[in-house]
Amino acid sequence: MTEHTPQTQSPSTDPVTPVDSVITDHRRWNPLLIVGGVIVLLVTVTALVSFVWTPFSTLFTDTDNLAVGPGVGGHLLGTDLLGRDILSWLMAGSRTTLYVGIVAVGIAAIVGTPLGMLAGMVRPAASEFVMRITDIWLAFPALLMALIFATVFGASITSAMVAIGIASVPAFVRIVRAATIVVMKTDYVQSARVAGRRGPGIAIKHVLPNIAGLVIVQCSVSYAIAILAEAALSYLGLGAGPTTPSWGRMLFDGQSVISIHPFLVVWPGLAIGLAVLGFNLLGDGLRDRFDPRLAGR
Amino acid sequence: MWWGLVRRLLIFLISAAVASVVVFALLTLVGDPARTALGTNATPQALIETRHQMGLDRPFATQYATWIGGMLHGDFGTSYVTHLAIGPQIGQRLMVTMWLIAGGMIVALLVAIPVGTIAAVKHRTATGWILSSLSQVGIAIPSFLAGILMVALISVKLGWLPAGGFVVPAQDPGGFVARMILPWLSLGLVQGAVLARYVRSAVLDEMGQDYLRTARAKGLTQWRAVVRHGLRNASIPVLTVLGVQLITILIGAVVVERVFVIPGIGSYLVDSVARQDRLAVQGIVVTIVAISLAVSFVVDVAYTVIDPRLRRR
Repeated sequence: MTEHTPQTQSPSTDPVTPVDSVITDHRRWNPLLIVGGVIVLLVTVTALVSFVWTPFSTLFTDTDNLAVGPGVGGHLLGTDLLGRDILSWLMAGSRTTLYVGIVAVGIAAIVGTPLGMLAGMVRPAASEFVMRITDIWLAFPALLMALIFATVFGASITSAMVAIGIASVPAFVRIVRAATIVVMKTDYVQSARVAGRRGPGIAIKHVLPNIAGLVIVQCSVSYAIAILAEAALSYLGLGAGPTTPSWGRMLFDGQSVISIHPFLVVWPGLAIGLAVLGFNLLGDGLRDRFDPRLAGR
Repeated sequence: MWWGLVRRLLIFLISAAVASVVVFALLTLVGDPARTALGTNATPQALIETRHQMGLDRPFATQYATWIGGMLHGDFGTSYVTHLAIGPQIGQRLMVTMWLIAGGMIVALLVAIPVGTIAAVKHRTATGWILSSLSQVGIAIPSFLAGILMVALISVKLGWLPAGGFVVPAQDPGGFVARMILPWLSLGLVQGAVLARYVRSAVLDEMGQDYLRTARAKGLTQWRAVVRHGLRNASIPVLTVLGVQLITILIGAVVVERVFVIPGIGSYLVDSVARQDRLAVQGIVVTIVAISLAVSFVVDVAYTVIDPRLRRR
């Protein structure tokens, strides 16, 4: 997103540029990476802190201060309709966000990466077949998959994150497959073959290190999608239950009284937006970092 | 070219068939639909009867064949929860959702094409940077959140537009538009932000091409060259994304319909999920998935029409 050097003069597009000059390039610490990283770190630290400390217990209902504004009764951001401290719920909500993201992205990466590598290494016909499967798979986006799971297994955070994870697999398969095909054509893989190394060896020794960057970028992108899907699902009342702190759930609870207490919606809304922005920026920053040729795209 | 078309059509049909088997298997084989329909207090006798009535005691293939056979004739079955026919509901509500999506898509394009193009042409200036940053922020805001905030501000605070609901356009065109403006904007602005990034990247790619330099050498300004030659070429990668976007917008509509109380297919889906109405969910999901696959198919075909270079492959 940011422009550092004019594209035509970019040193990285020059095939004879030594690798070191790319690595020491100032893009290494580009603003996207820093801003995204800081936001993601902030969300993570907040989630971790919320395990040991929140201003108030998430279960505590301050019946003397129902839906009060910022600062009243020691509630920094006020309370919701049940007298629960908004800041505490926001903090604990980041926990749910993090948890859902880690499980969903974990499922997607662990299933999608090997599958994509396999698809990139097998014969073209088999590879084509895998692509057709992912095409069908892609027709089940995270939210749709989560709604199916909510019907079959009941609405819960667990069924939501598993569904989101499964729905995120094909994106990994496609990206990894495309990258694997490129790596497989390189001279060093050819020589490894000639030297007698077999498929699994090549996959671990040569393909995986080369595609790791892309996989990490995709993790960040999928993470943002998982946050959005969980928020939407909880907003629909089909994700987190009423006692689970979740930003989407807070939107759901606050929506009916938005005209009187707009901040019940604004705070969780901001939290969702910030977290998604953070993971997206981090993904973009990492992409520029791992593949400087794409910088500025 | 004709063989390519037939091949793509076959792929579409097979994909739709596979998807329908998956949906059917998930919603019929996992758990006990009869118990879901009757509730936890059902007697064993009643369960057996209901299972028989629902056809759950027959082999999977027979069950699937009955269901898909009915669907192909427009008979999606009758809900065991609401006792209403599912097919007509899907049909009616799909019409409503189509209005929503069409408007949202138009808003998205109206935002994305100019913003993306300007961001690309001016990519080394502050304007380009600001536009890119704005689209980055737009992507981070889910469309339903944008909807909630717009309702709060424009409908509740300012009272300019109704907060939700739906009227048939033929009956009350003014009321229809008034009620749809906010849903269209909330879907379209967010999707427009996503799309703008692809437009920018596609135009940026084309800007380095020789033909644009030639056009400029012939005396066209940077702008005219990009608009006259660049956009057509840039539209090819954008078109692929547009197909995916349509699917995203369809899913986004599910939540946006909730915000604005629009009786579209999304509300029907969410209500059916909440009611554990498996047969209805099954029908709606298959419909949505079939639409997504059909869109990919159309995009694939449109591809070859726009880009003659692809026809020979």
